[in-house]
Amino acid sequence: MIFAIAGRELRSLFMSPLAWSILGVMQFIYAYLFLSQIETFLALQPRLATIDGAPGVVDIVVAPLFANAAVLLLLITPLITMRVLSEERRNRTLSLLFSAPVSMTEIILGKYLGVVSFILILIGMLALMPLSLLVGTDLDLGKLAAGLLGLTLVLSAFTAIGIFMSSLTEQPTVAAITTFGLLLLLWILDWAGSSGMPDSGLLGYLSVLHHYEPLLKGLFSSVDVVYYLLITVLFLGFSIRRLDADRLQH
Amino acid sequence: MPSEALIRVEHLTRYYSGICAVNDVSFELSRGEVLGFLGPNGAGKSTTMQIITGNLAPSAGKISIKGIDLLDQPKRAKAEIGYLPEQPPVYRELTVDEYLEYCARLNRIPRNDRKRAIATARDRCGLGAVHSRLIGNLSKGFQQRVGIAQAIIHTPALVVLDEPTVGLDPIQIREIRTLIRELGEDHGIILSTHILPEVQATCNRVQIIHQGKLVFAETTESLEKGLHTNSFTVRFQNAPAVTALQQLAGVDRAEALADGRFRIHHTDTNPVEALVEQAVSKHWRLCELMPERHTLEQIFIELTCSEEHAFTSGDAA
Repeated sequence: MIFAIAGRELRSLFMSPLAWSILGVMQFIYAYLFLSQIETFLALQPRLATIDGAPGVVDIVVAPLFANAAVLLLLITPLITMRVLSEERRNRTLSLLFSAPVSMTEIILGKYLGVVSFILILIGMLALMPLSLLVGTDLDLGKLAAGLLGLTLVLSAFTAIGIFMSSLTEQPTVAAITTFGLLLLLWILDWAGSSGMPDSGLLGYLSVLHHYEPLLKGLFSSVDVVYYLLITVLFLGFSIRRLDADRLQH
Repeated sequence: MPSEALIRVEHLTRYYSGICAVNDVSFELSRGEVLGFLGPNGAGKSTTMQIITGNLAPSAGKISIKGIDLLDQPKRAKAEIGYLPEQPPVYRELTVDEYLEYCARLNRIPRNDRKRAIATARDRCGLGAVHSRLIGNLSKGFQQRVGIAQAIIHTPALVVLDEPTVGLDPIQIREIRTLIRELGEDHGIILSTHILPEVQATCNRVQIIHQGKLVFAETTESLEKGLHTNSFTVRFQNAPAVTALQQLAGVDRAEALADGRFRIHHTDTNPVEALVEQAVSKHWRLCELMPERHTLEQIFIELTCSEEHAFTSGDAA
């Protein structure tokens, strides 16, 4: 059932111009960033050659690229998730799911999986650019994989948050703006009181960025992974509760 | 008629922010029955339907479908229900076939049976000609049919239709009524409407709900009997005196109305035959003869109009 719901979600995304325009615009901006990073690398290359243990292509090109990609996707994820539940509620199609023999958990997981598959397509396309460097040079594939994993985890957490916000309202735009607000807040959380300090206590610990950076450096720590998984599970749980409450409230 | 109840609703109660929308409603439905659910706007029809299809949780009460409790085992119970809400829950961006395929999967129809189930539902609802068109481009009538196809695709024991003929043209209404009667042969059907002739045309049981309470529950058959009255109206072009009619055997009372019309109340012996004979022999020139009946409308108005303004909650949800 989960796959039936996920499949429809993905199909609906691609039936609207939204998915295509997101893929197109992302690819365009990303290509520009990619090329400018390559420029930087080429400019630095003569000096790097003289240093022992200097940062490689992945550090100079890929890490900033993925960091920027996460920021871009922070803007875009709310647009993808906004209509997931709010539009169903608005068009009154939610009762189709409610009266079918599926549980709320299956509905939410299906929706989540559908959006995440789209995100994976997006990430896959973004990954192709750094991978194209393999033609001319060697890459630290381990670091690249850690970066990709980080990006995937960040986005899966973003998606869960977006779905929850979408379950709260009938208006897709409201869902989008609240999702964006919450994501941005999580992103900049460690700015508060952290000027200069690398380790800034609880707020810093809660920040999305704080757990993303080590992965970009190729530092895989299970704490960071668990952080993202926890956010995902938490907000999916909230969404399930919210749908359940639909039957009870008024 | 098999006695096993498809659905048994016991003491169903639902509050909306303090207002009691459904108050202690109980009923049963067996296979082969079409139950018409009548009520003025805001009486609790839609709320009741949403509750028995699992879209809303009741504040109190018990619903079992084929003996399966809807609240304890929602998945198993819901597999036996098909529901068409007031607004058909269709995805406008899918084609009819894609949509039905999705519904079939949602209702866990095994892969091998899916094609056949879709074809059957499509044919029953007359969607053959539009199967590859986008639902968003179809007329309201066709969208409604897609909604019905969705509700019967998994051949559920119980089909719940909330105002299935709203917004359709007269021909479509007739077709949908025929479809409902056909479905009624092997499913149990609950149908809500505020169009009274619809109930008489399609249902074999009637329930009237008013202010959240069931105020009337009858089979249409016994209702029909009750609707007959011992009176008829006649019209003559060459009208006789009232007394001439009064003297006919079996006539209890005759009243003169306008335009040469008379209303004749009779006893158990029906005076129609005698009256017609007299009319011919005395050249009254009979041109109209109509038995009078109560309409369902009268019963409905009698039951629901007493304190209409007291209730303000909507069932539009």
